[in-house]
Amino acid sequence: MKELFPAKQVMGFVASLVLTAVALLVYFTDMTFTVGMTILLATAFIQAFLQIVVFMHAGESKDGKAIYANILYALIIALVSVFGTLLILLWDM
Amino acid sequence: MEFFERFAIPHPSPAIYASMVAIALVSIGIVAGLTYFKKWGYLWREWLTTVDHKKIGIMYLVSALLMLFRGGADAIMMRAQLATPEAKLLDAQHYNEIFTTHGVVMIIFMAMPFIFAFMNLIVPLQIGARDVAFPRLNALSFWLFFAGAMLFNISFVIGGSPDAGWTSYFPLAGNDFSESVGTNYYMLAIQISGIGSLMTGINMCTTILKMRAPGMTLMKMPMFTWSAFIANVIIVFAFPVLTVALIMGTTDRLFATNFFTTSNGGMDMLWANFFWIWGHPEVYILILPAFGLYSEIISTFSRRNLYGYSSMVWSMVLISLLSFLVWTHHFFTMGQGALTNSIFSITTMAIAVPTGVKIFNWLFTMWKGKIRFTVPMLYSVGFIPLFTIGGVTGVMLAMSAADYQYHNTMFLVAHFHNTIIPGVVFAMLAGLTYYWPKFFGFMLNEKIGKVTFWLLTVGFVLAFFPMYLTGLDGQARRMYTYSEATGFGPLNMLSFIGAALMAIGFVTIVYNVYYSFKNSSRDIGSDPWDARSLEWATHTPVPEYNFARTPQISSSETFWDSKKNGHVLFKGEIEEIHMPNNSGVPFVMGMIFLVAGFSFIFALWIPAVIALIGIFVCMAMRSFEKDHGRHISVKEIKETEEQLGGAK
Repeated sequence: MKELFPAKQVMGFVASLVLTAVALLVYFTDMTFTVGMTILLATAFIQAFLQIVVFMHAGESKDGKAIYANILYALIIALVSVFGTLLILLWDM
Repeated sequence: MEFFERFAIPHPSPAIYASMVAIALVSIGIVAGLTYFKKWGYLWREWLTTVDHKKIGIMYLVSALLMLFRGGADAIMMRAQLATPEAKLLDAQHYNEIFTTHGVVMIIFMAMPFIFAFMNLIVPLQIGARDVAFPRLNALSFWLFFAGAMLFNISFVIGGSPDAGWTSYFPLAGNDFSESVGTNYYMLAIQISGIGSLMTGINMCTTILKMRAPGMTLMKMPMFTWSAFIANVIIVFAFPVLTVALIMGTTDRLFATNFFTTSNGGMDMLWANFFWIWGHPEVYILILPAFGLYSEIISTFSRRNLYGYSSMVWSMVLISLLSFLVWTHHFFTMGQGALTNSIFSITTMAIAVPTGVKIFNWLFTMWKGKIRFTVPMLYSVGFIPLFTIGGVTGVMLAMSAADYQYHNTMFLVAHFHNTIIPGVVFAMLAGLTYYWPKFFGFMLNEKIGKVTFWLLTVGFVLAFFPMYLTGLDGQARRMYTYSEATGFGPLNMLSFIGAALMAIGFVTIVYNVYYSFKNSSRDIGSDPWDARSLEWATHTPVPEYNFARTPQISSSETFWDSKKNGHVLFKGEIEEIHMPNNSGVPFVMGMIFLVAGFSFIFALWIPAVIALIGIFVCMAMRSFEKDHGRHISVKEIKETEEQLGGAK
């Protein structure tokens, strides 16, 4: 029975509901902009990671390594583009 | 009549009216010719609906060559205008339009289809596959590129060409300063062909990762396939930025949003930033497949395996990452601080290191090799010193403090032509000559080819090296004229002579194709160059299924192993082959995109909405379509193989 029960997916589902609820708090409670954005960013990234690993089965097939390498590469380029842009146009203008 | 006024050219001249007549006559000629020779059915069955990677590759090739001449005509007009001080050949507005279309056509509609042509033609053959991973998507990519190219090329007879430079910087490209529809053409034509490029990127990555023949590990892939793979990875990561930036620019122009305006919280510099986040990787998208072609050619004609295979691969991987870390060097003078400029100076100089590794690897491949100076090899040997000069001036430009002197001058123009012409154009012509027999069944004439090479090389040096000097003396780029007192006259005349030599060189290519078609031997076998990698292991012309039996891979030079070291390439019995069906939907979708793009450009909302609905209908139809492809029977394969001169 234990092998048949998709514990990982159920846990993932519950976790994603909790994350959504936490994100919703930002709207319904009164907090500063910085705190709110921090919560939103954190929950968004955890949520995305959860979806990719638990529900899109990254890492379960034999090219799991390639998928993670790809995600890491995408992440690096996205971060470089975002922070590079901020550096050029705001912080060091 | 009022409705039609919007299609008028805001700035007409006799040359444009002559082009209108010429375009009309050529179109009528093509339609009449197809009807007279009853070729409509042939055109539809064999080309417009094809999903065969080889035929799509040939269509890319033909388009790229046509666009090379279109962009070349722009170039020769610019050089003619600048040949003498205060010339009156073109006025400022025409000059602006011509340098804009020259840049866009050469990068987006000449160089891109040229590399896609070689990727389509070569990659499936080099990895022993029957086609790309998504053949119909591949056809759609081509037709989107084609729609974008046509859309861009009608701009100068309907509504006016874009005139804000190929970089189309805002606020100049905004509605306030570019009132004509020209910049709308720029935004939508590049958007449509860019979507096609993105699809090709996904398609090729999947093909290379998933469809290699048994035994071909990643580190046993031929070098061109490696370079194509890296280039497509860059496409997948870089093109979305362009897509988004173009959408923002389009909505700014058509729907009065304020992304790149100078008021209401818009930021014009953000366009330059986005453009180059895509634009710099784009440079490497073009140059890496060119490097791949050189690697194949140098190794074949030195009769040696490629020196430093794994360092070649790792330098490309490093280049792909670094290409995303340098974009600010295109606008060092925009106003950001010294810290930012220093960071991007250093990353830019760092790219010279992996590129240098590759240059030395090619030199070591030739070292003690038995070199045959065929036409493709001549281009490759000419490329190394010329490209290195371009690279060195690139490092000069990378120094942000010194860039304040060089920027926006002819020095910069000389630099990037110095990398792109010997880097990309020479590679494409070398690849064209090298792979011509594989796809057309005869060789191009070597003598004429050598004349072409020398005309292009001498023409290139004469055309672009003087610009380094005038640039350092302060001749600004994109200026339509200069006074005699500046003293730029003689060197610019020299540039014009060089450009004219190059133009003659390109004409000799056309003559070479004609001459060789008439006179070359058709009895050349399937391996006329005594080459090394897998694409030469199948018949010439290549049957539609590429390989009757799946090849067994031993190394990155499997074919050479099978010729010299007794490796058995093809084992087992011939089996039935599963191939994809042809489809007219990609062509139809491309044409609908053309209508949609045109309607958006002129803000004709009703046809625009109808065309968008048409696109979604095509996509929905594909979702519900059951198409399991077709099977080629063993008997049919055996007959084809016999016809082509024995089973392989």
